[in-house]
Amino acid sequence: MNTTNRTVVVTGIGATTPLGGDSASTWDGLAAGRSGVRALSEDWAAGLSVRIAAPAAQDPSELLPRPVTRKLDRSTQFAVLATREAWADAGLEGRAGEAGAPVDPARTGAVVASGIGGVTTLLAQYDTLRDKGARRVSPHTVPMMMPNGPSANVGLEINAQAGVHSPVSACASGAEAVGYAIEMVRSGRADVVVAGGTEAAIHALPIAAFSNMMAMSKNNDEPQKASRPYDVGRDGFVLGEGAGVVVLESAEHAERRGARVYCEALGQGLSADSHHIAQPEPSGRGVAAAVQNLLENSTLKPSELAHLNAHATSTPQGDLAEIKALRKVLGEDLDGVAISATKSMTGHLLGGAGGIETVATVLALHHRLAPPTLNLDQVDPEVDADIVRGEARALPSGSIAAINNSFGFGGHNVVLAFRSV
Amino acid sequence: MATAENVLEGLADIVNEIAGIPTEDVQLDKSFTDDLDVDSLSMVEVVVAAEERFDVKIPDDDVKGLKTVGDAVDYILKHQS
Repeated sequence: MNTTNRTVVVTGIGATTPLGGDSASTWDGLAAGRSGVRALSEDWAAGLSVRIAAPAAQDPSELLPRPVTRKLDRSTQFAVLATREAWADAGLEGRAGEAGAPVDPARTGAVVASGIGGVTTLLAQYDTLRDKGARRVSPHTVPMMMPNGPSANVGLEINAQAGVHSPVSACASGAEAVGYAIEMVRSGRADVVVAGGTEAAIHALPIAAFSNMMAMSKNNDEPQKASRPYDVGRDGFVLGEGAGVVVLESAEHAERRGARVYCEALGQGLSADSHHIAQPEPSGRGVAAAVQNLLENSTLKPSELAHLNAHATSTPQGDLAEIKALRKVLGEDLDGVAISATKSMTGHLLGGAGGIETVATVLALHHRLAPPTLNLDQVDPEVDADIVRGEARALPSGSIAAINNSFGFGGHNVVLAFRSV
Repeated sequence: MATAENVLEGLADIVNEIAGIPTEDVQLDKSFTDDLDVDSLSMVEVVVAAEERFDVKIPDDDVKGLKTVGDAVDYILKHQS
């Protein structure tokens, strides 16, 4: 057995998103072109210039008992719920090593990222400190706010002992986590790894901060039209929340236990812009380097690419830089790629984006269907690519591949590739 | 002044809220960590809630001595102002 370059497959998926409380309802929403964006009518949002968001369809505190939710930040609650779904979907019951989960804990890992961590916990505990005094600050504050909290709790949930990691790269965090996990399995460090991303930052302070960066859409009057990647009228992203995770497994291990396989996880491409702390590099140089890196480090061939889940957050600069980069590296092969910008429906989940979009990419290959991009009334003339608009589009039969892009403030670029089975 | 019964009832409510243990299971001989699923972090929550409810101060150094519900009841009765 070649232990340094093992085949990695996806054997389980789980999600809780603005479109649904699990991956099936999320996929139904994506395939049908449903928007999860709504107006924020809550009092706390009244003074904000941005009063729209894409909240989770299912409040996690309704599914988890109160003694649990008081110890877990909302971002971790999402991650734990998505993990339970994915773990069961992979045919595993109980923690690794138990009868229903015949997986060696020492060869089980967890890599679930968040871009911001427990920001609402931190803010709520600051309110407690100010209003009620230091003695009343929760002893759970640190484990709740640390950005590795979701990964650590997922690791506890499944009994992961091979390694629990939490790469942080703003909006690329979830994708970086999946890429890290693919490498854990591919290199032989682990047989089974739960990987993905989560975020829960719908709160006045993060919204005010992103809004003051001029990164968010201010289309408060038409919430469901606010997220419009590639459209000439796009004016920024809409903040979403939730989590998406996949179970990654060595093909050999999956076969041995008779697991159902969704697709192959081919690998990741990485690069950094080194251009500006928040602005994308306008020519797409960094993104192109990440795609090139992917092609050099995986068996992906440009000619087999049928689908792309784009980063496309609906910002004027970012959407274009991504397309330019893809054209530069893929050339004419980009013409055969059905591009979906699912943030038009889910909003932007920051560190959770790479998680739920990995789930979306895996399901697109599984169902052979590329979700539509909403609100694309007038395509930006500089967008020289085939964007799926209006309705979902069938993907070809036979062996096809898809990539999922995620980029983050700080110039982080992560590209993940998957192939149908 | 609260009676031992009042204090036990109050602690049972607090442990129920924090750890989800049914109030009737919170008995004098029960260990917080071994029987009631109250770990060291949650114990701090129990202590702070008890301080408020019974108007006592329980310094961190004394918390280690509160192994069972009975220990806590005795401590609170002795230190109530």
